[in-house]
Amino acid sequence: MDFSTRQYADIVVATPVGRIDHVASAELERALTPLVCDSTAGVAALVLDLASVPYISSVGLRVLMVSAKQMRARGARIAVAALQPVVAEIFTISRFDAVLDVHASVRDALQRLSPAALAAFEAAEGSARA
Amino acid sequence: MKRIRFWGTRGSLPVALTATDVRRRLVAALRGASGRTFDSDLDIERYVDGLPFELAGTYGGHSPCVEIETGGPDYVVCDLGSGVRPFGEAAIARHGAARPQTYHVFLSHVHWDHIMGLPFFTPAYIPGNRVRIYGGHADLEFALRRQMDRPSFPVDFSFLRANIEFMRLEPGVRHDVAGMTVTAKLQRHAGDSYGYRFEANDKTVIYTTDSEHKLGNTVESEGFVEFFRDADVVIFDAMYSLADAISVKADWGHSSNVVAVELCQLAKVRHLCLFHHEPASDDVALSKLLADTRRLEEITRTGDSMHVSAAYDGMEIAL
Repeated sequence: MDFSTRQYADIVVATPVGRIDHVASAELERALTPLVCDSTAGVAALVLDLASVPYISSVGLRVLMVSAKQMRARGARIAVAALQPVVAEIFTISRFDAVLDVHASVRDALQRLSPAALAAFEAAEGSARA
Repeated sequence: MKRIRFWGTRGSLPVALTATDVRRRLVAALRGASGRTFDSDLDIERYVDGLPFELAGTYGGHSPCVEIETGGPDYVVCDLGSGVRPFGEAAIARHGAARPQTYHVFLSHVHWDHIMGLPFFTPAYIPGNRVRIYGGHADLEFALRRQMDRPSFPVDFSFLRANIEFMRLEPGVRHDVAGMTVTAKLQRHAGDSYGYRFEANDKTVIYTTDSEHKLGNTVESEGFVEFFRDADVVIFDAMYSLADAISVKADWGHSSNVVAVELCQLAKVRHLCLFHHEPASDDVALSKLLADTRRLEEITRTGDSMHVSAAYDGMEIAL
């Protein structure tokens, strides 16, 4: 599973790529651990961009639940964004849409979480287009 | 094995429809029939058959009791929840009280909802009947006797005049019972519980209730996949949503429809039957659970399709 991060002001956007099955869930957990546990990094929120995730298993959902608990324990927030249709249905069926903040896009998530992060995101997107 | 018959499907506590529930259904059914004419009872039956299950039927309220019809002379049931009362009545109605029968009972565990029916299981009071009770726990007999002690119940266990025997099963060992091969498996639940794999005549049925699955424990998950492997039917505790099962209800000893689908797909199960329904869920909620689970099976399918049902009191599955 590929995994990358980008930081916009006080928010980190994490982007896993590929199916999050039982094996990839362990990789995701290892990748997220430093982000959700580091209380000195000044990260106010973590947004998981799931646009490139076609499937997530129960074990993958558990990783998100554990990450959310760790973030909330230190007063930070976590959200997921840009779910593919199948993943969106899995969130609904598992009731994870009731325990995690779900947004239609990364932009929507940043808009809700941090004006500074949204401004940084739009500046980055604008320079990328230019 | 010929058939599975559900006498009790509700978890934790029996429930019943209220008068208000029945009235609401009657109003809805009559509203749907407005302007229609029925020329015969058959027309009425057809109309009722076309109504949604949560309007024309109910998942029912007895706590767990599942009969496996083996095709042989003996009876086989899993658990002694309140559903064992109507099961016993049906057995007596079939044979008469004077003809001794043998009943093989497999107990998942001895929590109250799984044993509360024994004091109302009439065949246990009839001399000549034989009741063989199997389980993995060392304290089966103690638990069944204690629930009938004063002041909890007015009729002592000693009034059960059938020949009652207790048989402890070692997990992982194949046992021959009533023409079947039966294997028990230890499950995660407060005080432990046991699932059962029944095999006979190229048919396999799994009864796995009151079993929590810890996500991320690969060895444990693979053990269950092997236990379920190629089963015709898996009767699975799907009491909670996945989100609840791993958060506010973690360590409560139950599982979810999502884990049910995942394990059964990996095991190439043919029919997943959702069981041990949450008592707080009404029929509308359980019908939605069934629809959601069927949809999940569809969108995550990688091989053959798997049939998904939700057990209700009175449901039968032909094998």
